[in-house]
Amino acid sequence: MSNKPVESLEDVARSVYKDLVEAKIPKVNLSTRTKSNIVFDDDSRVWKYGDQLSTRSAKTSDGAYMLLRTIYTIEFIKEMLATNKSSTLREMYYISEGWDFAKFHEQQESDRLVEDLEVITRQLREDFKLRPEENGASIIGNLTVEEEVRRGGKRRINCKDDVGDAGYTIPTNVEKDKLRLVDADGDFIIALETGGMFDRLVENGFDESSRAILVHLKGQPARSTRRMIKRINSELGLPVVVFTDGDPWSFRIYASVAYGAIKTAHISEYLATPDARFLGITPSDIVNYNLPTDKLTDQDVKALNTELTDPRFGNEFWKGEIKLQLELGKKSEQQALAKYGLDYVTETYLPEKLSSLGMGG
Amino acid sequence: MASTIAEELAEKQREISVAEFFERNRHILGFDTLSRALVTSVKEAVDNSLDACEEASILPDINIGIDRISKNEYRITAEDNGPGIVKEQIPKVFGQLLYGSRFHTVRQSRGQQGIGISGVVMYSQLTTGRPARILSKIGPDRPAHLYDLIIDTKKNRPEILREEIVSWDKGTGTRLEVVAMGKYVREKRQSVLEYLRSTAMINPHAQIEFREPDGTVITFKRASDRVPQLPIEIKPHPEGCELGTVMKMAKDTESYRLSSFLVGEFSRIGNRTAREICSKALLDEDLRPQDLSRGQAKRLLQAFGSVKIMAPPMDCLSPMGEVLIKRGVKKEIAADMVATSTRPPSVYSGNPFQVEAGVAYGGELPKEQTAKLIRFANRVPLLYQQGDCVITKAVESIDWRRYGLEQRGGEGLPVGPVVFLAHVASTNVPYTSESKEAIADVPEIRNEVELALRECGRRMQAHIKKSERLQKLKEKEEIIRKILPLIAEKTSKVLDKPIPDISPIIAKIMDSVLIDGKSDYADGFYRVKIGVTNYTLHSKTFGLYLRFPSTALIEDASPQLDESKAGLIAWKLRLGPNDSIAISLRMGNLELGDYDMVECYVDKIDPEKVMGAEIWNGEFT
Repeated sequence: MSNKPVESLEDVARSVYKDLVEAKIPKVNLSTRTKSNIVFDDDSRVWKYGDQLSTRSAKTSDGAYMLLRTIYTIEFIKEMLATNKSSTLREMYYISEGWDFAKFHEQQESDRLVEDLEVITRQLREDFKLRPEENGASIIGNLTVEEEVRRGGKRRINCKDDVGDAGYTIPTNVEKDKLRLVDADGDFIIALETGGMFDRLVENGFDESSRAILVHLKGQPARSTRRMIKRINSELGLPVVVFTDGDPWSFRIYASVAYGAIKTAHISEYLATPDARFLGITPSDIVNYNLPTDKLTDQDVKALNTELTDPRFGNEFWKGEIKLQLELGKKSEQQALAKYGLDYVTETYLPEKLSSLGMGG
Repeated sequence: MASTIAEELAEKQREISVAEFFERNRHILGFDTLSRALVTSVKEAVDNSLDACEEASILPDINIGIDRISKNEYRITAEDNGPGIVKEQIPKVFGQLLYGSRFHTVRQSRGQQGIGISGVVMYSQLTTGRPARILSKIGPDRPAHLYDLIIDTKKNRPEILREEIVSWDKGTGTRLEVVAMGKYVREKRQSVLEYLRSTAMINPHAQIEFREPDGTVITFKRASDRVPQLPIEIKPHPEGCELGTVMKMAKDTESYRLSSFLVGEFSRIGNRTAREICSKALLDEDLRPQDLSRGQAKRLLQAFGSVKIMAPPMDCLSPMGEVLIKRGVKKEIAADMVATSTRPPSVYSGNPFQVEAGVAYGGELPKEQTAKLIRFANRVPLLYQQGDCVITKAVESIDWRRYGLEQRGGEGLPVGPVVFLAHVASTNVPYTSESKEAIADVPEIRNEVELALRECGRRMQAHIKKSERLQKLKEKEEIIRKILPLIAEKTSKVLDKPIPDISPIIAKIMDSVLIDGKSDYADGFYRVKIGVTNYTLHSKTFGLYLRFPSTALIEDASPQLDESKAGLIAWKLRLGPNDSIAISLRMGNLELGDYDMVECYVDKIDPEKVMGAEIWNGEFT
């Protein structure tokens, strides 16, 4: 089983080699990674890649470079696995400096290639011993985990009593060998886009008063944060609500938590929490709560229109809200609720919204 | 007793001095802002130097220096190697407004009113109170004369403060030093630097050295050793004359009879035409021109319009020529391609004019910016009032999208790595105003500018298309020469297997004969190398043709050429699969910039199976 990642990488190399020997122009096929090729999977209730395939062929300059880089990357990962090492994505990007004209020009390119390899091989980058450098987000709430720590041995951590005000930091690897979920004494998880709102809820004691587990998403959430939410939801049975700003970019944050992101649709099943509900700020909230607003920028409008053609936002709720926002021409931040005082969010807004979702109080 | 109102007014009128006139007309004279004052000062000095050198057939060496003395005070120094100015004339040239030698001639020249250089002296004196210093020498064995002078603003006369004979280690030349209020700006379209760069472009025979206030020295190198032909003076052509001009000419003439006045003072009027004009105007041929009345002059003018008179002579114009413009542009703009065009001379309202244009494309020019436009009139760059100029209107009315540029709505200045330039030469450039910064929208001129630009545009378009094809070719080459071999090597290494032979795959990717021509210039020769490789699976026999400038001398061709005709060389080639051949030769009798791109053609081969050459459709054999 431990040889599977190597095997799968060698399969890619073998198919290229076969083309070369048979005098065919070498190519690699992989699922098309755009919004036009994501389909809803009824069994797992998340969005995955469909049947469309893209071909990277050495016939074009771009395709040829991509193939060459793929082979270089395979060689690098193979050597790393053989010597029991691991590296960050950034380190891999810098290692490509030595690949002569096959080197990557920016880290985005190498990150994307690793994702491509995941798609082609159906492995996870963790299996290739590649990890992101960013750490995950924070958790505060009555959740107990048991973490494998650096010097060996296990440490049991309660995310309310054993942590400071910044909370428990989600590690980059949250798989079972590294992290065990012991138990949770709470009614639901509330995932928050901004640090400001996270701190507000901590300061107002929302975790205790409403028996909530607070997760700070830090903007577009990292894989480990999404995986952590998914595990708490499915293993401990806690429902999830997502609380973000009221703009098109925040809707995408929710979509990646609940439906799966387009970029990582090959592992949606593993990262997405289909039961997660969107709490706010909805465009209707902007009207109903008469919130302070900013004007939508040209990019905002463009993003909203893109979302209207994004199958993940294809249901009645999202269609209605997105159209409303386009009509309003306005957006609001979650911290705009402070207009009514610092306690308003925890005493009025959240209880009202939670009960409208049939939760809380 | 109190004076009358008329007397008071008369008193005031007398006080309107040159200084006041100057103050009131600063904007016309080009001194309206601090930064423009510096540009204008340098411009007037350089115009004078270039004109003087041209008249004396000297290759100009001009040195300009600007030093900052205090916040808004600058010393401007301009020195040339021109013929110098005789001692008696020095104070008048620099210390008297409207003194000049070119005021009454009809000829293509840079300045005409004579307000130029004395205006600079006046401006510096008015703004800093300091005199101008002039040094001039007319021959190696002659003394140099130094003057410090100001202009007596009441009398419009030079007032000499100091006059000395000094030694100057220069054969001939003139040097002017003034201190004036100004503001030095760099990297702007309207700046001294930009003015000098444009001047160097349109005067490639001049060497200009410029020292900026911070000590940076910029040299605009000479690119031609030929002093432009001195434009010939012509007499006014009847078609363009106005009533006042005709009346003044009649008054000043030395002729005794109207017919001899017409023949002697106008161009293109012979005895027969003069008779015809007189009879059409119902005027006696023997009429004393000095007695010509206003009404008679009017009739004369009408007769000018109804009698067929030959177009004015054109040898009074001195265009730069396509080659010289190209050299001038190439030395100042780092572009991939420069196309130039000189139109034949033409006429508007009896005034001869000629248009030349150029388009520079690619290279280091910024890709995302609005195209730059450089305008010239009689070899002087026009920096201001771009929007009012006929050249601008001509550029903006062309749909540049058809020539491969981006342009919103097909009008206005396009966006892309491109510089347009146009030069209007005329005995009488129709400026929109006295500041001489924009040429009026005369339909004949606009039409010529458009035609010249379109011709350059067509060549630019051919270049763009060619570059795109070349780019594709380069990419393919990179794939087969670099990337694919590495893919094979790395894949084999990962799998620990032998490296497969990839030549059949190369043939599949290319499936054509690759022709790759390069040229470089050194020591008076263009060396041309053409690599030809057959990347197909079959043997190919075909003809290869190379186009060359008809003036070039072809030498050392290898392999030996099979045929050569005017502007075209031919080889017959036969290459098996994977064979390649290196063709080389050199072209003499060419200057740097005379040969742009290696243009290859082929025949007797499937066009689909060739990369890097066009199919030859013309006649050769």
